[in-house]
Amino acid sequence: MGQTVDIAEGLFVDAPHPALIGGRHRETGGIVFPCPAGSADHEPVVLPRRGTLWSWTVQRFRPKTPPYAGPEEFTPFALGYVELPGAVIVEAPFTDVAFDELRIGMAMETVLVPLNGKVRTFAFAPVREG
Amino acid sequence: MADVFIVGIGIHPFGRTEGRSGLHQGAFAIRQALDDAGLAWRDMQFGFGGSDSAGNADTVVNEMGLTGLPIINVRNGCATGGSSLIGAWQAIASGQYDVGVAFGFDKHPRGAFNAMPAEYSLPDWYGEAGMMVTTQFFAMKLQRYMAQHGISHAALGRVAQKAFDNGVHAPHAWRRSPVDLDTILSSQMISDPLTKYMFCSPAEGGVALILASEKKARAMGRAAIRIRAAVTRTRPPGSFEVFSPSLSVERGGAPTLLASAAAFEMAGIGPEDIAVAQLQDTESGAEIMHMAENGFCRDGEQEQWLAEGWSRIDGRLPINTDGGCLACGEPIGASGLRQVYENVVQLRGAGGGRQVPGDPRVGYTHVYGAPGISGVTILER
Repeated sequence: MGQTVDIAEGLFVDAPHPALIGGRHRETGGIVFPCPAGSADHEPVVLPRRGTLWSWTVQRFRPKTPPYAGPEEFTPFALGYVELPGAVIVEAPFTDVAFDELRIGMAMETVLVPLNGKVRTFAFAPVREG
Repeated sequence: MADVFIVGIGIHPFGRTEGRSGLHQGAFAIRQALDDAGLAWRDMQFGFGGSDSAGNADTVVNEMGLTGLPIINVRNGCATGGSSLIGAWQAIASGQYDVGVAFGFDKHPRGAFNAMPAEYSLPDWYGEAGMMVTTQFFAMKLQRYMAQHGISHAALGRVAQKAFDNGVHAPHAWRRSPVDLDTILSSQMISDPLTKYMFCSPAEGGVALILASEKKARAMGRAAIRIRAAVTRTRPPGSFEVFSPSLSVERGGAPTLLASAAAFEMAGIGPEDIAVAQLQDTESGAEIMHMAENGFCRDGEQEQWLAEGWSRIDGRLPINTDGGCLACGEPIGASGLRQVYENVVQLRGAGGGRQVPGDPRVGYTHVYGAPGISGVTILER
């Protein structure tokens, strides 16, 4: 595999079991994702890496470039929101899942995937035990 | 506040008009509204106008005449028309002016709106990863709503079917041919669960409304259609809006809930008093969700409403009588004022083939758009 760079700094922890980095409001305790850059009010916090599917759709046409940086040869992809328990509901593309498999409430986990040949980003994939 | 009346209305047909700028479509609508009111441009004491992507409204004086009147440019997303109306209403209700114009127009390129993250204070990666797409939001809000409240795919199709049926009778509509339910349901999937015929398209058009004080309206013999409420609201904590990288686990309200409640309070009436409603139908699920958010039914009851045809022209509450955004398309700066135009037509009894029966007296409009803004008006005859 060639050299890849992360889509942005400070979004996720690169580990065998990756996790996203949110921002916790120092006074209210409310959590947002991503952690607001340069905000004195928020401190970075590693988010639960597993959660449940909150809502979803399928992107059936290639989004316009710019801003989309995915491959020219477009393949429809699922995306949606996953509720990370007790923390925040995060939007991301889904990977490794058939469209007819998607159900609100299903268990999902954080993964890192290539966006194109050069850039790595985060996504959610179904939890597959065993 | 003093009563303010809508004494003239004009509209440039929505859709695509090659070779005519958005501003010229706005001027077309203003001329028609002036004719309708029996007034001239030089009678206008002020204007509030706006477009999202077709230029500065105040340059309309090049077309209409250099009378020196003040014009305030409004750029407020999908609430642009509603905000222009509020500005014009307050200018007269305050006693400062007797007569003026609120207008809106737009002209968008073909295809989905293409937003850039920086315009919404979002990081670039959000767009690079493919999430800067408005259709995704509508689909995801709807997907969850359908699962929670038992709304069927067929119900989504019935909303679109009704829109095209109504558009047949609206001379200003873009889509003026019926589309059968099977075609709607089986057409190309755009963003699950929404098919091609369930989404509106960015479009072109212009609308103008002439407003007058009670004294002026009576002198004109036009004191018929009164503005009972006009409000806009932005989002409260915990709402779910377009372009949200994350949502709070503490779920909260919605801008439409705030705007609707404020409008009903201002008018001193309730949803049961409304005889005709124009609700934001960016896609057919939006109309369904907005039926409940505006207080016209409880969550989940829309399934029966649509199966029974209660939101059709001859139903208990006709909704989007000119086919709404689905049949008219969405020129952002003009869309909210089109709804008000349509209600004036209905309250005058001038709807022709789309006229709501039973002599409607109170009409309700609702627009919604990015980044979480909602506008509501209530008119009474």
